[in-house]
Amino acid sequence: MTFEYAPAPESRAIVDIKAKYGHFIDGKFVPGKKHFATINPATEEVLSQISLGGVSDVDKAVAAAQKAYTKTWSKLSGKERGKYLYRIARILQERAREFAVLETLDNGKPIRETRDIDIPLVAAHFFYHAGWADKLDYAGLGKSPQPHGVAGQIVPWNFPLLMLAWKVAPALATGNTVVLKPAETTSLTALLFAEVCQQAELPDGVVNIVTGDGSTGAAIVNHPGIHKIAFTGSTDVGKKIARAIAGTNKKATLELGGKGANIVFDDAPLDETVEGIVNGIFFNQGHVCCAGSRLILQEGIADELIEKLKVRMAKIRVGDPLDKNTDLGAINSQEQLSKINELASAGEAEGAERWSPACNLSAKGFWFAPTIFTGVTQAHRIAREEIFGPVLSILTFRTPQEAIEKANNTPFGLSAGVWSEKGSRILWATQQLRAGVVWANTFNKFDPASPFGGYKESGWGREGGKHGLAAYLKEGK
Amino acid sequence: MASSKKSSASKSTPRLEVKKTYKLYINGAFPRSESGRVYEVTNSKDGFVANPSLASRKDLRDAVVAARTAQGGWAKATAYNRGQILYRIAEMLEGRADQFASEIVLASGVTQKKAHDEVLAAIDSWVWYAGWSDKLSAAFGATNPVSGPYYNFTIPEPQGVIAVAPAESFLSLIDAIAPAIVSGNSVVALVPGSAAIAAMTFAEVLATSDLPAGVLNILTGSHDELAPWAASHMDIDGFDISGIDKKKRTELKVAGAENLKRIHSFDGAVSPTRIYAFMETKTVWHPIGV
Amino acid sequence: MTFYGIVDGSESSLKHFLAQLPGVDQVGADARAAMLATRSIKTSSKRWAIDTAISMVDLTTLEGADTAGKVRALCSKAVRPDPTDSTVPSVGAICVYNDMVSIARMHLDAIGGKHVPVAAVSTAFPSGRASMEVKIQDTQDAIDAGAAEIDMVIDRGAFLSGQYGLVFDEIVKIREVCGDRAHLKVIFETGELVTYDNVRKASYLAMLAGADFIKTSTGKVAPAATPPVVLVMLEAVRDFYQMTQRRIGVKPAGGIRNTKDAIKQLVLVNETAGPEWLTPEYFRIGASALLNDLLMQRMKMDDGYYASPNYVTID
Repeated sequence: MTFEYAPAPESRAIVDIKAKYGHFIDGKFVPGKKHFATINPATEEVLSQISLGGVSDVDKAVAAAQKAYTKTWSKLSGKERGKYLYRIARILQERAREFAVLETLDNGKPIRETRDIDIPLVAAHFFYHAGWADKLDYAGLGKSPQPHGVAGQIVPWNFPLLMLAWKVAPALATGNTVVLKPAETTSLTALLFAEVCQQAELPDGVVNIVTGDGSTGAAIVNHPGIHKIAFTGSTDVGKKIARAIAGTNKKATLELGGKGANIVFDDAPLDETVEGIVNGIFFNQGHVCCAGSRLILQEGIADELIEKLKVRMAKIRVGDPLDKNTDLGAINSQEQLSKINELASAGEAEGAERWSPACNLSAKGFWFAPTIFTGVTQAHRIAREEIFGPVLSILTFRTPQEAIEKANNTPFGLSAGVWSEKGSRILWATQQLRAGVVWANTFNKFDPASPFGGYKESGWGREGGKHGLAAYLKEGK
Repeated sequence: MASSKKSSASKSTPRLEVKKTYKLYINGAFPRSESGRVYEVTNSKDGFVANPSLASRKDLRDAVVAARTAQGGWAKATAYNRGQILYRIAEMLEGRADQFASEIVLASGVTQKKAHDEVLAAIDSWVWYAGWSDKLSAAFGATNPVSGPYYNFTIPEPQGVIAVAPAESFLSLIDAIAPAIVSGNSVVALVPGSAAIAAMTFAEVLATSDLPAGVLNILTGSHDELAPWAASHMDIDGFDISGIDKKKRTELKVAGAENLKRIHSFDGAVSPTRIYAFMETKTVWHPIGV
Repeated sequence: MTFYGIVDGSESSLKHFLAQLPGVDQVGADARAAMLATRSIKTSSKRWAIDTAISMVDLTTLEGADTAGKVRALCSKAVRPDPTDSTVPSVGAICVYNDMVSIARMHLDAIGGKHVPVAAVSTAFPSGRASMEVKIQDTQDAIDAGAAEIDMVIDRGAFLSGQYGLVFDEIVKIREVCGDRAHLKVIFETGELVTYDNVRKASYLAMLAGADFIKTSTGKVAPAATPPVVLVMLEAVRDFYQMTQRRIGVKPAGGIRNTKDAIKQLVLVNETAGPEWLTPEYFRIGASALLNDLLMQRMKMDDGYYASPNYVTID
């Protein structure tokens, strides 16, 4: 007798997807000229047609943002700005389920994650930053720090609405206005967020959303009316942005790629470590810049831990993202799936041993089984390049120093993990690791009060907490 | 430049001054440029002043290796210890204040008074920055009240190897170096033109200080020649380009994008921002449970 | 003497073995249990889970006010939980105090409930504060009266003061008394052990000493069978099976009052120890009020509308 969980799909009746969307400029939806389809990556069903923003759309959005900045937003007191953010936070909470279902449909991530993680964190980000709006004198940036003006924000497809919140909430709290471009494959929740702005009666032009592809993003980056760029995405594009703004006065925060090391010492709390490893690499299908994609195990426990990990991985429920029991959803796009396949094949070709639990993957949609590679060395591509998928590379170490050397042996520096029951060793390791976020005896935890961002080629600046405010403010006198 | 020429006269035969050979300061030693090149520093009154070494890209390469090797140990020293080592350097600067002033006069032709004021300002700036060593995490760190059973804290850490390209003055050099090293970075300073004269005396101070070899390396010569190599060097984490001509900054930023180097310039005001610009912030999470 | 070839029963061998067990991170264990609590069990799976849960209930009455009448009523309920629906399975066992064992056994036999075992709480339950002689006699009495299962308590005082040998010896001695006649369940009273590290240590101590089941609580102390505590115990039996090929059962008791809680427990079993444990042979739920909620939920699934307590018997 087995305990198979019957399908438990979340109802999609709660969302109302329009056949076609325009841009959100100056408080109104304006039709675009060209369109492209956005699909549900779990089924390849076309969900809607999204406008492809061009230079003229970006011009209009920047003009609206500039007007809103000078005419209304910069004239408001911090107290009043904060109240708008509180309103937005509350409406997001009210409509949380709608956002969760829509995000799952458009992105392919499990409803359990959008419902329990993404959307609650989105509301939390607005709530947290709302409180900062009238307290910026205490942000450690001198008396009366000043906003930059218009912030151009480009967000990725892995956490579409959450990344929007990470960008929009601090920008508005600090008095900037916004032109935001969601990722090409995941525009729907950003467009629903535009409705929230309307319901909150946010002044027109304070938030503008232009949908589109990389060319739309480039138009924002290069627009002379933009004073600050906030980008989350690949390191390659991040470097392009850095070059594009080199000759300007534009400020930039860049949240880029990673190849997070997750180090396990032989005195780790093994069962919770296994959970942390699973959460580290299989959370959000591994589409996480701070994923713990390199597992670095102390040799004495490597075999035992890998066995436990395999047993645990066999319990991962892969399938319909709308099913409340799904742990691993769909890969966001065919393009991303091809990239994951390519790197996984390289792992095999380079001699690492590949393992996945048995999975029934649907023929429709984009799927990749949770996968581990053992026998990986530092020289393997899968130990160096960001896969951005549910693929874990496992390496081993003999001494703590060796673990740290391997962990730091990368141009990235976004995240790292360390597992041990020994307090002094934890503190030593967290000190040695060259990464902006270190999770000790946990992994992939996020909070609006906690600064996030990378060392080295993982980016510039921090988002979240007091430190994240600095990106949107000029020092006061 | 131990002393100026006019003070060297004696009663009978004029004593011939013993002049200094200008070299570079790399890894605690004074090598000549591997290129064998020098350049002439002159002033309108005395004419020829000295032949400082004209550092090459290979000297830069060597300096970065030294800086990278030294950085871990310097960062690991306690903040109190770093503060004391830097303060001791200020004591030694004070003792040589007249010498620095004379050299500034010689190299740049400013008045003795102005030069002296500049030296004192530089020493005070150095002391000010030195005092920050054990206050950075209080000023730039935080414990963050996350909503869950986790202890979460943010601390600033040094970035690693920082190149600095100060303007052609002693004060600019000090104002660029001090904020970069106080946090635990190691530094490669690209000292332009006539600033080499005082800079190499500063190196003599460093050599007799407790600052570990390699933490601070001084290359003299040309920004035009060295700065692009520093900007594109993949093992330099940050670059202070305050002394670079504004028109030339863009190409350095473009080159620096290759490893997303932190490139900053400052208007000269003494500020903790200048320290923090070359620090990273690390946030650590740990569960709280029994 | 060796126990599974792992320890020799001496204080030092026990200390050594328990010390090398990996620690349990409380926050991580809580998070895992909370995540599994979000599983949504619907339709056919829910129906299967309800019937399985009913068959796992150790229907319990452990009151000073217990009488023969009360126990007989409980026995009737145990054999046929829903008198109007013969497809409802009997519960896993009846769980009573020592002096009620023979009454329960006789009544069960009389009403066609020979297949329902009687479990007796033993060893000076619930505190365990009595001499070893009394504990042995307590157990012997229950077995002689017809108990097929013995739910003993460990000496929490000894455990908390680090006298693992003492705790171990008591379990071994009661195991000997049980022999082949009775299954032994060892109760930790996890609410008094407090930490998950202690729960893990106690689990191994009991399993090595010969327990057939490890059980969370007496029902007299809160918190009792919280999901993370059960999670840690399920991890222990899973890993112990890997070490010894011997499958030990788990019995959460106390605080599981409704169908939702019970299904959460089954999910914990399914995704931690594995489906092999999803049988009354290896998983029991110590409860009293739970059974009626399971029955009401079952009616709702059959009839399509919400049930009323008026349609389930109160005992």
